[in-house]
Amino acid sequence: MQTNELKTIAMERRLDVLEVVMRSKSGHIGGAMSGLDILVSLYYVIMDVEKIKRQDPDRDRFVMSKGHCGDSLYTVLADCGFFAKELLETYAAFDTILAEHPTKKVPGVEMATGALGHGLPLAVGMAIACKNDASPANVYVFMGDGEQAEGSNWEAAMAASKYGLGNLTAVIDRNYLQISGSTEEVMPIDNLAAKYSAFGWQVKECDGHEPAEIIEAISAERLADQPLLVIARTTKGYGSAVMANKASWHHKTPSQEEYKQIKADLQEQIRGLRHD
Amino acid sequence: MTKVSVRGAVAAAIQTEAAANPNVYIVTTDSRGSAMVTGLADLFPERFIECGIAEQNAVGVASGLASTGKTVFVLSPACFLSARSYEQVKIDVAYNESDVKLIGVSAGVSYGPLGGTHTTLNDFASMRALPNLEIYAPADAVQAAAITKHIAQDGKPVWLRIGRGDVEAVYEDGESFDIERAKVVCDGSDITLIACGEMVLYAKKAAGLLAEAGIAARVLDMFRLKPVDAAAVIQASYDTEAILTIEEHSIHGGLGEMVAGILAQNHCVPLKIMGFPDEEYKVGSSQELFEHYGLTAENIAREAGALLERARL
Repeated sequence: MQTNELKTIAMERRLDVLEVVMRSKSGHIGGAMSGLDILVSLYYVIMDVEKIKRQDPDRDRFVMSKGHCGDSLYTVLADCGFFAKELLETYAAFDTILAEHPTKKVPGVEMATGALGHGLPLAVGMAIACKNDASPANVYVFMGDGEQAEGSNWEAAMAASKYGLGNLTAVIDRNYLQISGSTEEVMPIDNLAAKYSAFGWQVKECDGHEPAEIIEAISAERLADQPLLVIARTTKGYGSAVMANKASWHHKTPSQEEYKQIKADLQEQIRGLRHD
Repeated sequence: MTKVSVRGAVAAAIQTEAAANPNVYIVTTDSRGSAMVTGLADLFPERFIECGIAEQNAVGVASGLASTGKTVFVLSPACFLSARSYEQVKIDVAYNESDVKLIGVSAGVSYGPLGGTHTTLNDFASMRALPNLEIYAPADAVQAAAITKHIAQDGKPVWLRIGRGDVEAVYEDGESFDIERAKVVCDGSDITLIACGEMVLYAKKAAGLLAEAGIAARVLDMFRLKPVDAAAVIQASYDTEAILTIEEHSIHGGLGEMVAGILAQNHCVPLKIMGFPDEEYKVGSSQELFEHYGLTAENIAREAGALLERARL
């Protein structure tokens, strides 16, 4: 798939997220927007989605550690045909299977996530099993940057290295913002590359809004017995100047005026991508 | 009376299951010695996952393994496994309905000499509030082996707590257990003693003492605390005049309050809850602490007699 095509798909999903958030008056819109190019790269290029759909034992595994951005994952799963798009209308509604944070009830979701710092340990367990079973499956876990303050991640980072998990890839959505403000003010976590390297990981960095770079970082040849971390530099609220780089958009429902502007911004970018 | 290791019985049962089923995994937290599973690391090196002193990760890893179709036993000191990794138990294990067996070893006051950091007198209270999670507290090695075999094949999330010291047998080798039902250790029509874990032995001995005084006590071993056999409790409330519960747990939120809840909503009879009081516990061996807090056969018999007297006023 061409880069512009992937970027377009990600922008269209941002439009879907916007509608989901407006309808439900709920959802973590900022982090959803920042992570979509990464989700699209994984679901439309890197992973074999058909294998996931038929629950093949050798399917790739994906864990949404930043479960609060379930809305973005749902728009991707719906577009990939895991469930009907109409189901998105039930997001966060009474008795829906689409809680804000994903659960196993959602087709395509391996494990419930949402309490931060849980995804990496889960992914380590999956990767150990796949490795022992000599499965060709890869395990991908998508983490936020704020959740790097959770100690359980570092317990899991040690274990991933100890067990030589060359089938494990973690991607961090590095947008430098969390609910209270800058990640570096709330709890400095920078030098992530050096930290994970010291824990025995191979580390790569890329522009998290450039699918070609994301795919190259994740899929290029790698060391066979080391877990891989991809630090994807992103912008929280990517896609519209209304939200971009503003911590206040971590969890916010746009006003009607903001909604119109965000929608117009996203549509304009889609038009631009199609004409390039 | 010879004493047998409950930990050893659980370990042996896991070994049998792991030998028969290549999907059985074992996860430890630098706890293989205290869980008596060192030998399993040699027998099943690929399926023995040592997570180090990191209980949160251990429970997460176990759940990840289970998501691929494995049956995973996590063996770790109960004091840490029940509390440090509680959120992982709540979400990764219970909410995800993972086939993970959390084996809390050296529970209760097994580590009494180590002080309050190492007591586990809160696990029934915290674990029973988690949907999907089943809770077991076996009375002796025979029952522990039977329960371990059962949970290895039931596909469910489980919290199983055992003590550290060797214990006298309550049951003979080959005794069978209906997993759905409280085990009737002995029957009687005056009063019912409901116990779990190591307290079953003392309840059984207390029943012997009561018999000498002409009081016929029924002893129920509530080895599965969740789902609890409410029918056995209700039946006891009609068949006998009072109910006494005994547990190696805080009096708050454990077996006693479970029984109280069942009685209050069905059929009330005089009830007394015996366990550890809501205070900072003394330091000492299990035996010393049981004696200090009145968890002995003699005192159980005394309390049962007094309760029955009150019921008959």
